[in-house]
Amino acid sequence: MSAPALQVESVTVELGGRRILDEISFKLPPGGLTGLIGSNGAGKTTLMRVILGQLTPTRGHVQIPGADRRRSVGYVPQKFLLDPDMPLRGRDLVALGLDGHRLGLPRPDRVRREHVAEMLAAVGAESFADTRVGRLSGGEQQRILIAHALVSRPPLLLLDEPLANLDLRSAREVVDLLATIAREQRLSVLLSAHEMNALLPAMDRVVYLADGRAACGPADEVVRSDVLTRLYGHPVEVLRVHGRVIVVAGDSDEAEPSHPHHHHAEAF
Amino acid sequence: MFSSFMVNAWIVATLVAIVGGAIGFFIVLRGSAFIAHAIPNGAFAGAAGATLVGASTLLGLGTFAVLGALAISLLGRRGRRDVATALALVFMLGLGSLFLSFGVGYANSAFSLLFGEVLGISTSQLLPTIALSALSLLVLAMMWRPLLLASVLPESAQVRNPFRLELAFLLLVALATTMTVPVVGTTLIFSLMIGPAAAARLLSARPTTALVLSISIALVIVWSAIALSYETYWPIGFFVGAASISVFMLARAWSRIQTAMASVRRISHGQKLGYESNVS
Repeated sequence: MSAPALQVESVTVELGGRRILDEISFKLPPGGLTGLIGSNGAGKTTLMRVILGQLTPTRGHVQIPGADRRRSVGYVPQKFLLDPDMPLRGRDLVALGLDGHRLGLPRPDRVRREHVAEMLAAVGAESFADTRVGRLSGGEQQRILIAHALVSRPPLLLLDEPLANLDLRSAREVVDLLATIAREQRLSVLLSAHEMNALLPAMDRVVYLADGRAACGPADEVVRSDVLTRLYGHPVEVLRVHGRVIVVAGDSDEAEPSHPHHHHAEAF
Repeated sequence: MFSSFMVNAWIVATLVAIVGGAIGFFIVLRGSAFIAHAIPNGAFAGAAGATLVGASTLLGLGTFAVLGALAISLLGRRGRRDVATALALVFMLGLGSLFLSFGVGYANSAFSLLFGEVLGISTSQLLPTIALSALSLLVLAMMWRPLLLASVLPESAQVRNPFRLELAFLLLVALATTMTVPVVGTTLIFSLMIGPAAAARLLSARPTTALVLSISIALVIVWSAIALSYETYWPIGFFVGAASISVFMLARAWSRIQTAMASVRRISHGQKLGYESNVS
């Protein structure tokens, strides 16, 4: 087997005396779509920041092949605010993904132009590539940002809650697109989400975070009552209804009353 | 209008327009208009202080502009940038009023620093202005792509560029301020940095075209302001301010018409294809 696209080893993060991540370990093989699933506050964003090298873990480390982490990880942030009047087309933003770190003015370059056009075609963004990015819909902007992150051909792509502000149809389209690219370009994609149902059909693997701990593996091996009960530390039941998965806090007299997941159901 | 003492005015005003239009492109893109107001006005205190101790105005302006930029960057690092900018501005203005109260007979030069005196540019001012514009433009050209990315997608740019572009940009504004203030004054440099860039971005969707347009509009504004000021003896600042807002309003009207025409085209295209249309 070839070297993993990402290896996270016993990563622990403590911030202000609070343990945000607790001995997280997992490996992603090259190629494939992995969902980083967890409710708000489970540590998804913190884990992303560690992988991106923006946060040094208290213990443990992250391994990514390639000398320069900045070049080997593509990143799509969760929050971006694109002003509708901004003089920037989707095409320009994708080009910045290629050489946005270079100093000096860009010279007209046919190879660069073709490279950008190819990437725009790969994400199905050709028809709106010449519109101002700020005037595109949420799903269209997401496609442009994916192209922006991928155009330098990194082996690993990280997306922070890319489906959060999309309607159901756009969300499904973005997931299908990511699954296709992951398969065709042997790209390892890790995307965080608090809602896993949109991802279930396309996801090859899941990293399930709860209270800073993680369970990893194929979805049908991780999203199970026994595995999640062990992870949460109190009874949790996984229900499958009409092809959807719902995670419910089980009846638990022994669970601590202060536990955040006690007495309420979490629908995924 | 083109006599020898006016030649300096034309040269310096041209440089100021080019630098103001270029840096203004990023100021508007980043939504930092308040900074373009605060740094020049804070730098005014430096000029007052320099006059008090008998140092060169340009040196005073430069020192205070750079200190203001550093203060805004430091105070705003963790927290609200607008609050940091406001506090840095009022502190420097306060210093300015203190320096002015110590000085005697400064009112005249204070007026020219606030509103500019492009018609009285001396040959000794020419060389520093040329050097500072060349430096500003060179730095801006170097930073073009990283700064564009950092202005549009700050989170993504942070991952790719570890160096502090933010601070570099603030220092660039300080540099431009230093050379521009003696020419158009602290209050008017603001309209030269905002108006042309705000109009240009409405006229083109391409960043490089918008930059070239911003510079061109700034040039037209400054040149016509000089000519009108020479003919009428009215202050140049009035013309710069009035032209800035006029150009912006024209650009906005043009952009609205374009958008309306695009949607009309879409609807009539739809009707031709036999789609239903809501427009009766």
